[in-house]
Amino acid sequence: MYKYDAIDRQLINERVAQFRDQVRRWKAGELTDDEFRPLRLQNGLYIQRHAPMFRIAVPYGMMNAAQIRTLAHVARKYDRGYGHFTTRHNLQLNWPKIEDVPEILAELAEVEMHAIQTSGNCLRNITTDQFAGVASDEIIDPRPLAEIMRQWTTFHPEFAFLPRKFKIAISGTQEDRAVTWFHDIGLHLKQEDGQVGFTVIVGGGLGRTPIRGEVIRDFLPWQDILSYCEAILRVYNRYGRRDNAYKARIKILVQALGIEAFREQVEAEWAHGKGGPMTITQAEYDRVATHFTAPAYESVGAVELPADKAFQRWLERNTHAHKVAGYRAVTLSLKQHGIAPGDITSAQMEAVADLADQYSFGELRISHEQNIILADVKESDLHAIWQKAVAAKLATPNIGLLTGIICCPGGDFCDLANAKSIPIANAIQQRFDDLDYLFDIGEIDLNISGCMNACGHHHVGHIGVLGVDKNNDEFYQVTLGGRQGNDAKLGKVIGPSFSAQEMPDVVEKIIKVYLENRHADERFLDTFDRIGIDPFKNRVYEGRAHGKAKTAQKEAA
Amino acid sequence: MPQLIKHNAVSGDSWLTLALNEGETADSVALPAGDVIFPLAVWQARKTEIISCHKRIGLLLQPDNRVEDVAGDLDYFIVIAVNFPKFVDGRGYSTASLLRQRYHYQGELRAVGDVLHDQLFFMKRVGFDSFALKDGKNAEYAIDLAFTVFGDAYQGATTQPQPAFRRRA
Ligand code: HEM
Ligand code: SF4
Repeated sequence: MYKYDAIDRQLINERVAQFRDQVRRWKAGELTDDEFRPLRLQNGLYIQRHAPMFRIAVPYGMMNAAQIRTLAHVARKYDRGYGHFTTRHNLQLNWPKIEDVPEILAELAEVEMHAIQTSGNCLRNITTDQFAGVASDEIIDPRPLAEIMRQWTTFHPEFAFLPRKFKIAISGTQEDRAVTWFHDIGLHLKQEDGQVGFTVIVGGGLGRTPIRGEVIRDFLPWQDILSYCEAILRVYNRYGRRDNAYKARIKILVQALGIEAFREQVEAEWAHGKGGPMTITQAEYDRVATHFTAPAYESVGAVELPADKAFQRWLERNTHAHKVAGYRAVTLSLKQHGIAPGDITSAQMEAVADLADQYSFGELRISHEQNIILADVKESDLHAIWQKAVAAKLATPNIGLLTGIICCPGGDFCDLANAKSIPIANAIQQRFDDLDYLFDIGEIDLNISGCMNACGHHHVGHIGVLGVDKNNDEFYQVTLGGRQGNDAKLGKVIGPSFSAQEMPDVVEKIIKVYLENRHADERFLDTFDRIGIDPFKNRVYEGRAHGKAKTAQKEAA
Repeated sequence: MPQLIKHNAVSGDSWLTLALNEGETADSVALPAGDVIFPLAVWQARKTEIISCHKRIGLLLQPDNRVEDVAGDLDYFIVIAVNFPKFVDGRGYSTASLLRQRYHYQGELRAVGDVLHDQLFFMKRVGFDSFALKDGKNAEYAIDLAFTVFGDAYQGATTQPQPAFRRRA
C-alpha cells in the first residue's frame, strides 16, 4: 500500500490546519454560510436531513488495518458507532458535529487518511477495481497510476471550482468492474504493441441524465494521462454549463458539442501540454509502484476444505479467483439481511482489521458494491476466516445474489430523496431470506436509489429500483436489463411505478418469470436478453389496470 | 471598496475600471482619462483610440471572454483584471493559466470580484499577482496566512511548472 512521504504528510497536515481555521472563521462570522459551503463540501461535509454528513476518502478503495481501526474509533467517538461505505470508495458518517470535524481530520491524518474533495464541484476520489493487483484477468495493476492521479487531483489550483463534480474511474482488467462507462472520465488500462496505455472514455454519468460515456481516445500512453486529463478538464472548466446545475456535468457538454467536436477541442488543447512537465516520469511510476508490490505469498499446495454446506455456500459466493495458486480473495458482506446495505459498526470494523492482520497481510479494500475485500487469503485459512466472519456478521453469502443489494441512504438520511430506499432493500431481503431459493435464483444485481441522482447505481442494476415522488407519496419505478461491465448499459423502465408495499411482490414476480423461462445455465440477464422485457411487464402488471383501462376505471368510480 | 493585495501588502490602486452604464455601448461610451481598465468589448471596439490617448492600459476579462481573442494584444496591457463574479465560478483560473503559461503575459494579473481568503492560494498558483480582496474581509489575516496555507503542491502550475514528482528526492 502507498505510504506517505514528507510532501504527502506535510500537505495533509496543512489541510487539517486550514480546515480548523475555516471552521473557526465560520463560527466567528468571518465566513458567511455561502462562503463556507464549498469549503466544507471539499472536506466531505454536507448538511443533510438530521445532521451534517461526513465523507472520508478511501482512495481507490485501499486501506490497511490501522486505517480501518481509526475509522472504527472515529465512528465511535464522534458518531453513533457505525459508518456507511458508499459506491465511490468513501466511508460516510451520518451524525458527526461540524465542530468535531477538524479533530476527526487530525486523527485521520495520523493514519494517512483524509476527506479531501469527497464532495463539492471538484475532482473527486478516483475509484478502481476492488481486486486490483490480484485479479486473474488483470492486464495491469491500476493502483500506482491511481495514486499518481490522486496526487494530481489533490488541490489542483485550476480545477477546484468546476461547473460540477468530476469523477474518474480506472480499470486494469479484462472485465470492467469499475463502472468506467458511467464516469466523467473512465480509463481502461491496456497494452498495445508492448506499450502500456489507456483507452479514455469521457462524458459518462448516471444521475438525472444517464449517459454512457464515449471513447475520446482509443490509446493514450500512460505517461500522458495527467496532461491529457488536464486538457479535458480545461475544456470542461471553460465551456461546461454553469447556469443550471442539472446541466453542468461534462456529459452535457460532450453531448451538446458531439464527441467529434469535443475531441477536437481537447486534442487542440492537449497539443500544448503534451510532453510537458506533467508527463509522468518512469522514476515516479517506479517510486509509487514499489508500494504496490505483491506481498510475500507462500507457496502452498492444494487443501481439502470442509464440505459443510454453509461454508461451501460462502466459498462459492464470497471468495474469488486469485492470480496466485493457493490464495483467494474474500468478500466480507456488508449486506446482512435487515441492515442498511453498506453499513458497518465500529466493532465490525475492528473485526475486519483483525482478520486483515491475521490473514491478509494487514490490508483490505472496499468495493463499489459496498463490501469489504480481503485480497490475499490462503485457501487453508478460509475456514477459520469464515467462522470469524460469521461471528462478526460479515459472512452473509449473498455476493452477486439478489439480496447483495447496492443501496443509497435514501429518504432516511438524504434531503434530496423522493423516497426511502433502505426499507425497500430490507423488505426484499426479508422476502428472499431463504438461502436455497436465493442460490437457485443465482447471479443478479439489484440496485436501489432514492431519487434520480442515482447514488445507488439503479440504472446499471439488472433490476433497478428508483424512488419517485407521486403527489407527495413515495413510489418506485423499476428498470430491467441494466448492467455494469464491458457491455454496460442502462436498464429499461418496465412501466408505471409501485408503492413500497408492492415492491417485494413485484421483485418476486420478476424472478418467477425468469425461473419459468430460463434455460439451464442462463443467468437472469441472459434470460432477459433472450426473452425481452414484455413477459416481465405482463406478469408484473397482470390484473393491474393501467392506461385506458385505468382511466375508464377512474371515470366509473 | 475592495482592498488590493500586492507584494504581500495592502496597496494603493491608481486604476479605474470602466463600467458601461445603461444605454452606453462599447462604441459610444466616453473614454475616461488616467489609468483605466477597459472591458474586452470596449478594447475591441476602440483599440486605436485607446492606444492613441492612453499610455497605461488595463483590460478586464469576464469568465466567458476567451483569452485567444485578445492574445495578440497582450503587450499593450500593464494590468489584466480577471473577474470572478462568484467565487465558485472557476473559469478565471483557466483564464489566468492560459495568459501566463501559453501566452506568456508578463504584466500584472489581478483577481477582482468575489475574491476571498480561501481561494488566494489557488489564484496565486495559477499566476495572479494582485488580489482585490472583497470589501469587509480581513486583508492582514489573508496576507499572513492565505498564500502560504500549503507549503508545496503536487501539480505543475504557473508559479512552479514542475510537479512535485519531478522535484521529489
Ligand atoms: C446522503 C447524501 C447524498 C447526497 C445529498 C448525494 C447527492 C448526489 C447528487 C445530487 C448526485 C447527482 C449528481 C449529478 O447528477 O450531477 C449524486 C450522484 C451520485 N452519488 Fe450521491 N449523494 C449522497 C450520498 C451518496 C452515497 C451514500 C453514495 C454511495 C452509496 C453516493 C454515490 C453517488 C453516485 C455513484 C452518484 C451517481 C453517479 C454520477 O455522479 O453520475 N452518494 N449524489
Ligand atoms: S440517490 Fe437521491 S436519495 Fe439516494 S443518496 Fe443520492 S441524492 Fe439521496
